[in-house]
Amino acid sequence: MLRFFSSMLTLMCAAVVMGIMGSSVIAQTRGGELVFAVSAEPPNYDCHRNSSFAFVHSVRPHYSTLLKFDAPNYPAVTGDLAESWTISEDGLTYTFKLHDGVKFHDGSTLTSADVKASYDRIINPQEGIVSLRQGAYSDIVSVEAPDDLTVVMKLKAPNSAMIPLLASPWNCIYSAAKLEENPRYPETEILGTGAFVPVEHAAGSHWIGKRFDDYFQEGKPYLDSYRAIYMRSTAARVNALHAGEVLAEFRGHSPADRDKLIAALGDKVNVYEQPWACVLNISLNVEKEPFDDPRVRRALSLAIDRWNGAEALSKIAFVRQVGGVLRPGYDLATPNEELEQLPGFGRDIEASREEARRLLEEAGQSDLKFTFTNRNISMPYEAVGVFLVDQWRQIGVDAVNDPLPTSEYLAKLRGGNAEAGLDFVCDFMDEPNLQLLKYISTDNSSINYGQYTDRTLDELFERQIRARTKEERVAILREFEKHVMEQAYNVPTFWWQRIIVNWKQVKGWYMSPSHHLNQDLTDVWLSSE
Amino acid sequence: MSSVVAITYEIPKRQHPVHQFIVQQPLGAAGLVVILVMVFAGVFAKFVAPYDPLQLDYGSMLSPPSAEHLLGTDAFGRDVLSRIIYGARTALLVGFFSSLLGSTVGAVIGVASAYFGGRIDMIIQRLMDILLAFPIIVLALAVVAVLGNFVVGGLDLNLIIAIAIPMVPKVARVVRSSALVICEMPYIDAARVAGYSNIRIMARHIIPNVTAPYLIMFTAFVAQAILLEASLSFLGLGVAEPTAAWGLMLAGSSAEFYREAPWMIICPGLAISLAVFAFNLFGDSLRDWLDPKIKV
Amino acid sequence: MTSYAFHRLLLMIPTLLGVAVLVFIMMRMLPGDIVELKLLAEGGQVDEAALDAERKNLGLDKPMWHQFVDWMVGLVTFDFGKSLWTGRPVVDEIGSRFELSMQVALMATTLAILIAIPLGTLSALFKDTWIDYVIRIFSIAGLAVPSFWLGMLIILALLLNFNWIPPLTYTPIYEDPWRNLSQLIWPAMAVGYRYSAVATRMMRSSILEVLKEDYIRTARAKGVFERLVIARHAMKNAMLPVITVIGLEFGFLIGGLVVTEQVFNLNGLGKLFVETVTRGDFTMVQALVMLIAVIFVLINFVVDLLYGVFDPRVRLGSSR
Repeated sequence: MLRFFSSMLTLMCAAVVMGIMGSSVIAQTRGGELVFAVSAEPPNYDCHRNSSFAFVHSVRPHYSTLLKFDAPNYPAVTGDLAESWTISEDGLTYTFKLHDGVKFHDGSTLTSADVKASYDRIINPQEGIVSLRQGAYSDIVSVEAPDDLTVVMKLKAPNSAMIPLLASPWNCIYSAAKLEENPRYPETEILGTGAFVPVEHAAGSHWIGKRFDDYFQEGKPYLDSYRAIYMRSTAARVNALHAGEVLAEFRGHSPADRDKLIAALGDKVNVYEQPWACVLNISLNVEKEPFDDPRVRRALSLAIDRWNGAEALSKIAFVRQVGGVLRPGYDLATPNEELEQLPGFGRDIEASREEARRLLEEAGQSDLKFTFTNRNISMPYEAVGVFLVDQWRQIGVDAVNDPLPTSEYLAKLRGGNAEAGLDFVCDFMDEPNLQLLKYISTDNSSINYGQYTDRTLDELFERQIRARTKEERVAILREFEKHVMEQAYNVPTFWWQRIIVNWKQVKGWYMSPSHHLNQDLTDVWLSSE
Repeated sequence: MSSVVAITYEIPKRQHPVHQFIVQQPLGAAGLVVILVMVFAGVFAKFVAPYDPLQLDYGSMLSPPSAEHLLGTDAFGRDVLSRIIYGARTALLVGFFSSLLGSTVGAVIGVASAYFGGRIDMIIQRLMDILLAFPIIVLALAVVAVLGNFVVGGLDLNLIIAIAIPMVPKVARVVRSSALVICEMPYIDAARVAGYSNIRIMARHIIPNVTAPYLIMFTAFVAQAILLEASLSFLGLGVAEPTAAWGLMLAGSSAEFYREAPWMIICPGLAISLAVFAFNLFGDSLRDWLDPKIKV
Repeated sequence: MTSYAFHRLLLMIPTLLGVAVLVFIMMRMLPGDIVELKLLAEGGQVDEAALDAERKNLGLDKPMWHQFVDWMVGLVTFDFGKSLWTGRPVVDEIGSRFELSMQVALMATTLAILIAIPLGTLSALFKDTWIDYVIRIFSIAGLAVPSFWLGMLIILALLLNFNWIPPLTYTPIYEDPWRNLSQLIWPAMAVGYRYSAVATRMMRSSILEVLKEDYIRTARAKGVFERLVIARHAMKNAMLPVITVIGLEFGFLIGGLVVTEQVFNLNGLGKLFVETVTRGDFTMVQALVMLIAVIFVLINFVVDLLYGVFDPRVRLGSSR
């Protein structure tokens, strides 16, 4: 009842304000609780040591970061705690000016010391602290705080990706004073400067945050509170959306669920779709014969009818796009006409398969048999696994799909015990520095499961980081991609398609290629439609 | 529970036992008919099924039931009817072999426990208690994971072992209590005195006398095994895609489509229910007919 | 009697100890590493040093025997440690979900008994008539229908017919009984139906046994209503095996909860169990398995005692 009155009141106020201003712009409505479904749950509360979207969706609204992606204009980057920034001519010094008067939830004031302490924790974690993204920032040699509102970062070499890297949703700024007391406090406690203060985490059930009245951005957030409800079962999430018990889900739906919701709810929902910065790859272990033979590896990639497969699979799974090592639609990605020239990406599938059979015969592997290690997650791993096994059957290869629980799957792939497996790349942005790590040599990459060493790839990777112009970088990236496809240690199959279906009341939320972005909820509001 | 179990056979003279079973247990006979139909479909799946259950057809994904596909197709365009028919093979093989394994091992342990008695009995009983108190899902997971991919002739052996293990203590308990009665019979003592070996006494004199509870438990466990296989596959711990299995048809990517393609979950669910139902019906009647006092 | 009870209590110790050893070994035989799962499952780019740091934090770097001793000492002192996944105390993780599962279990059991007693009695009284057949088919069907499938159908029916689904989060019954029941009644029905099937069959055969007694045979000659009267007296005796079977089929109930909680998205022990097992969260799985084993062993103990009290044929002091 109270909520009804308060929302009526806000509505009336909004009407009056609009009347006075004579503006046709629809004002954001204050108030209300956003209830949304999350399909997993964060194990602990420390941004620096988590990597799941489940964490972002629950915890991100409590924190601020130095920079963030500009929600409506991805991949543009904007300031969060930083009001502005400058980069020196030589690309080695980054200077950030912070907003004045930013408050932590406990009332203390944020200074550059907090930013320094947080970044030191990410780049040089002390004993006992786990920092997952340490490697990405190895170019930063120092973080300094010359005065309360200035942060200076010094790099050892120019890095084309540093600004987007600093916009990572994972680099939450913690309180230096609190870290001093207990460097592991963020694991169990939340003290940030974000738009929402934590209210309750009922393990296994839900997460509630409420509006932080002293949030540093004037007038924000619009929501009174948010409630994330943990629902592992896909059917349960879709049913809850259908019944209006939850208004949103921010990871993504299968095409079937999208159709189901549209059929049930019609114009009550907004549907967003775009290529997702996630891809499923075939990873072949070069230590297991005959995958040491590039002809065999390439044959397996050639056998896949990517173009028709993508179309067919897009009806049943959230894979939709054919792409190279970078997300289709991304600025630096290879356009389709060029992509079609690469092995395995030709439009003429019969010709490709003929070539594949010939290569296998040459290698003496005409009746190749192997086990294909997969993850026992139906969407989209199993769908793609079943598809690939069938594709290989058509060149006479007998592959057995072996779906395993995630922990077992990771152990087998990482340990080099799998002959072949369905691998994935899925990071929070398109940046090649993150996306290409999958392909460089095992000793340089923590996520290469193919056990191979290829210095050509390593060198090209390093060169693209240091490239000073976009043209130069694109040329290197093309060369990298061609080498990947020809060697075929690890090749992309399909890129995912992110599909979001939210109730129309949810406003001010922006779609992006990653489910890790745009989830601080500062701009989200509920209309009364 | 050492209530004395009396084993009585009431077989009248002239009637053939099968005929008699049908007359006395019409429900059981109905169950038997369903089982036989399933066995037939499973054995001759290759000829009965209209399509190859693994054949992907991206041109006809999620088609509703039609003359071409009587029960429609699934998310990969595979014929649902064919997958159900081949699924019968998976269910029956897993059900039959896991029940055979579980009941036989259980019966042997039960007989040995009753025959040797004393300390051995005590130790066996404690081991059985441990197994009984252990949650099936952990057992199943551990067995499946430890044995790895152990497939022989299309049969997932580790799944069979995983399902069989929880049956062992239950069968052992029932068979033991039946065998205890036999062990107290004077002729067993006589055989011992005559110097027959333990193995021979157990094989010749005790085991034939516990066949009734064995058969009853065996039939009942086929049903439970089919259901357990379906539940494990549903939880992602059982049979793996693309094998045709009923529980699997209810889980994974296929279950996503239950609203626009309800045939995809209704038909396999019905198949599981019908199979388990038939085995239970038959097992129940078999028990009533052979020995109403045995509790499964 | 007291010495029998004492003897039975002592026998629990080796059983529970055996379960403890078995679960410890099994969990460590499973391939997969919870640390890798925690830090890499979403594509995290983590080096070996970070993985090792986390293993050390969790005490997984200690030798196996050390971990085993820790676990045993913990068991005896009721200190079950912390979840490897969340870092929260195991007792808290279980405690916050115990209430819900217990309520569903109790409701399902009550439902099962309420269905089983009248149906089982009727089925026995009208043995081999169409009434018996219908009831038997109903109860055998209960055993045959997978409860996760039944659950899926229930939710679908509610959603499509009433455009309504049960509440998504749990409210204790003492806070809002209506909301609580409207969430939990459905899973209780899905599990209870299956459970009732076991009890109905037991009720039927118990009553049938009672009906074989002489005084019933006399009544039989006088007609159905007479039998009903006597059966009502006899039902007291027939109840014992029914209660027993309900107790003994506790594992059945747990199995039902494990799958049903998935389908209904209930935050209970069954869901926790599946999650922790698939994650390889040793400490959680160990504690949950011990909890289930203790409940199972205690129920068995009570059942055995009941038998001792009601059935003189039980040889006091025998091992079973």
